[in-house]
Amino acid sequence: MTALLHIEAADVRFGRVQALRGVHLTLQKGERVALVGGNGSGKSTLLRLANGLIAPTAGTLTRDAAVRQAFVFQKPFVLRSSVLANVALAAWLGGSLSWNAWAQAKAAARTALQQVGLADLASRSARTLSGGQQQRLAFARALCTGAQLLLLDEPTASLSPQAKREVEALVHAAGEQGATLLFASHNMGQVKRLATRVVCLDAGQVVADLPVGDFFNQTLPERAAQFLNGEFA
Amino acid sequence: MNTLSESLATALGLVVRLDPSLAGIVTRSLAVSAAACALACSVGLLAGAWLGVARFAGRAVVLTLLNTLLAMPSVVLGLLVYLLLSRGGPLGHLGWLFSFQAMVLAQAVLVLPVVTALAMQQVQDAEAAHGEQLASMGAGTLVRSMLLAWDGRYALLTVVIAGFGRAISEVGAVMVVGGNIEGFTRVMTTAIALETSKGDLPLALALGMVLLLIVLGLNAVIALLKRWREAREAQAL
Repeated sequence: MTALLHIEAADVRFGRVQALRGVHLTLQKGERVALVGGNGSGKSTLLRLANGLIAPTAGTLTRDAAVRQAFVFQKPFVLRSSVLANVALAAWLGGSLSWNAWAQAKAAARTALQQVGLADLASRSARTLSGGQQQRLAFARALCTGAQLLLLDEPTASLSPQAKREVEALVHAAGEQGATLLFASHNMGQVKRLATRVVCLDAGQVVADLPVGDFFNQTLPERAAQFLNGEFA
Repeated sequence: MNTLSESLATALGLVVRLDPSLAGIVTRSLAVSAAACALACSVGLLAGAWLGVARFAGRAVVLTLLNTLLAMPSVVLGLLVYLLLSRGGPLGHLGWLFSFQAMVLAQAVLVLPVVTALAMQQVQDAEAAHGEQLASMGAGTLVRSMLLAWDGRYALLTVVIAGFGRAISEVGAVMVVGGNIEGFTRVMTTAIALETSKGDLPLALALGMVLLLIVLGLNAVIALLKRWREAREAQAL
């Protein structure tokens, strides 16, 4: 297996707050890794670190430069523009940023919108989409860049049950098609359905890193067991 | 009381029958301020957007300078532009002093910090909220600033109107660099100052009415734009 991402003893500090401490994480091609933990445990920070949005204050981060990444946020930002333009923007930014590339980006966006079931809404203003549709738009952005590594920060949080199912189906399909997934979730049912491996964080530290079956069935380290028992949110 | 009511009646008459000298001054004022605003906005909106996103050593100094320029009295700015354009000044060879161009330049310099600071604030707030998502898609500083400015275009339109309002209502700078020459560089604010000092209240009042109407119109446009934008945002939720 090939490592797409390797984080070694990484610390991340924001002023006086230590968000991550001594984190080790290796992500192999095709893995579907769930990040779980309470609020403020460092899940989002770890995703941002993996995406290169923030740099470690200590330790190292090695990424396979040939592997395209896409980040799907909990609440995607859509520009005051059409659905098509919003998706094409991601392909354009991931490409050569030339005027010629815009036409190719739009073609890629149309295909991606087809895949997420938003093709009929391509010309609509993206700001008029529902939360679930905006999250599918964010997925279309990831798809049209040809991302092999998807970083997902609670992509179904605060969505309706129906929208949750639709977005989860997209994540599942991406995983089935070979994409590597690193996603944060508070939904243990979703973790069981989507993940092959679970990384549990507490106060910025990895307290468990196990295959999904072991995480739910084995005796866990104290803090991970407490999290799973709902003893801290 | 009689003088005031008579002056008001005469002023109203000048406005209603579009007195040629009044119309000339109003047209010139609008042309100067529109040109100055266009010039200032073409630089200020881009610079403000970039400053809203870019982080560099010395940014705090640039922002302090910008805020200082915001509070600069227009007559002092007029004096600086006068020195630039005077015969011995670095731009003296242009021969612009006491001309339309001099007034445009002075007003543009006056409006530039206003437009830059307001645009910067708008884009800076947007960057704090959404910049990371654009960065994750691969947008660098310049692309991000342009995208966020485009996304905030309705708010930036308000900035443009505010800039125009600042330009058309100022008197000090155009008085110093324009010279208030009848038929050439006399604009509404300088004409009001002159006619009042001469005791020709009807013309001063008529110009004041027009100026108030323009400022009122601009504020109405800003309010309408805000309502329209809010309605669109509400529709989107």
